[in-house]
Amino acid sequence: MNPTWVIAKRELSAYFDSMVAYILLIAFLGLTGFFTWLVGADIFLRKQVDLAVFFEVAQLTLLLFIPAITMRQFAEEKRTGTIELLLTKNVTDRQVVLGKFLSCLLMICIALAFTLPYYISVSQLGNIDHGATIAGYLGLVLMSAAYISIGLFASSVTNNQIVAFLLALFLGLLFHFLFDMIASGFTGWLGELFSSLSMAAHFDSISRGVLDTKDLIYFGSIIVLGLLLAEYNIGKR
Amino acid sequence: MDIKIQHLTKNYGVQKAVDNISFEVKTGEILGFLGPNGAGKTTTMKIITGYIESNGGDVTIGGQSVRSGKTKKYIGYLPEHNPLYHEMPVIDYLGFCASIQGINKTAIPGRIHEMVRVCGLNDEKHKKIGELSKGYRQRVGLAQAMIHDPEILILDEPTTGLDPNQIVEIRELIKNIGKEKTVILSTHILPEVEATCDRILIINKGKIVADGTAATLRKQAQGKQVLNVKIEDADVNTVFEKLKSLPTVAMVDILDAANNRFEVQSIQDAVSNKEVFRLCVKNNWSLTEMIPFETRLEDIFRDLTLN
Repeated sequence: MNPTWVIAKRELSAYFDSMVAYILLIAFLGLTGFFTWLVGADIFLRKQVDLAVFFEVAQLTLLLFIPAITMRQFAEEKRTGTIELLLTKNVTDRQVVLGKFLSCLLMICIALAFTLPYYISVSQLGNIDHGATIAGYLGLVLMSAAYISIGLFASSVTNNQIVAFLLALFLGLLFHFLFDMIASGFTGWLGELFSSLSMAAHFDSISRGVLDTKDLIYFGSIIVLGLLLAEYNIGKR
Repeated sequence: MDIKIQHLTKNYGVQKAVDNISFEVKTGEILGFLGPNGAGKTTTMKIITGYIESNGGDVTIGGQSVRSGKTKKYIGYLPEHNPLYHEMPVIDYLGFCASIQGINKTAIPGRIHEMVRVCGLNDEKHKKIGELSKGYRQRVGLAQAMIHDPEILILDEPTTGLDPNQIVEIRELIKNIGKEKTVILSTHILPEVEATCDRILIINKGKIVADGTAATLRKQAQGKQVLNVKIEDADVNTVFEKLKSLPTVAMVDILDAANNRFEVQSIQDAVSNKEVFRLCVKNNWSLTEMIPFETRLEDIFRDLTLN
């Protein structure tokens, strides 16, 4: 079996063994369900058959939850020393990073899969735009992958899980909100530069149902950069 | 599979952890790696396993450099503090190690079974590693190191935390493995090296200070034969004089005049046991004790590393 997959499987079952997975699933479904169906600008007030409200809430929830699942990945292994045992097995540093990335992504995909009933319910209410909804899910997956990559990088710089969590959260907030805010303060090329760095803007563009190469390149480069930096960090020893 | 270490150097900042050391370990050899704390044992072992890179020199395993990354599959490694995933059950952990080492899926249950048997983990195999005592964790550490039947075993203090019975078992285990495989083990327990290892390598401050079997190290350190004798039914001073006049004796010392105890040191490359015996017979003295004084490994170790 491919070592990357072996590591991904182990990490994923570690989430389910340690209850992290269950807490996360319940909290994620609880929060998104609550805000999608029950309160505020919920789905019934919009008078429109779509999942825009859910996508909005899910973005923020994932922004908060992903650092919580990525924080232990390298930080904990470095603190307990198990990283030494793992890296002296017949694997490369890259396989370890990819395996951990894959496990986190699968975890998020499982959480998202549990929201499919939302999709089915709403589509019963009227004519839903299937293209836009699927694009919205794709956008969530891409965005999650980017945050996981950032989270793994944050976990690779420290052996303290709390530091890893806070760093990942800060970087996430930076990409999600701050770049947008900074962008609105500038005009011309600086403004455009910052707004093109904003995660939310790229997510919106995908969730409108338009798959632009610009957005794919954006998410792809964050993922690759984060993973390469994580690999570089665990290579320093 | 042979391990060849050539001019290996590793610096941590300005400090030299390993300073230009070279040695070889052959297949079927168990090498005991000794040295005070901070001598560079663990660093050397980490370089051999490919966990850290050296600053100079190279390690080759069966002709392949560890830098190539292709040597990891031949090595089973038990790190110093035996880090394990505490939340995993023993059997799952061994399964994980087996599949990550690239063992064929159909062969994995057999290998796990074998390791559980060899390391005596049968009663604990379904427990989580975090629930085990230190000794059992150490066994799990050994099991994960040997799960893929590696050609080379690197064990960093394998018997720490084990009780005396377990220590004996683990030593036997290592000895058996060492018949066909190449083993390097580090330890602070000196009798352990004598009991298990074919060869001893002592390093201090990153340099090799001694290399050889326990017997050759003793010989080098001791040089001259020393006997502790007790001769009764005789006058202390006459015995002293007569012992001194023996041709093979270099020096005599009265250890305890009241109990007629002497220390007899022979001249270089000579033994005086027979001469002392004949002298006693000739003078009708009773030779009640004759104990050859052995330099203990501890003393050799101290001599070589305390400077």
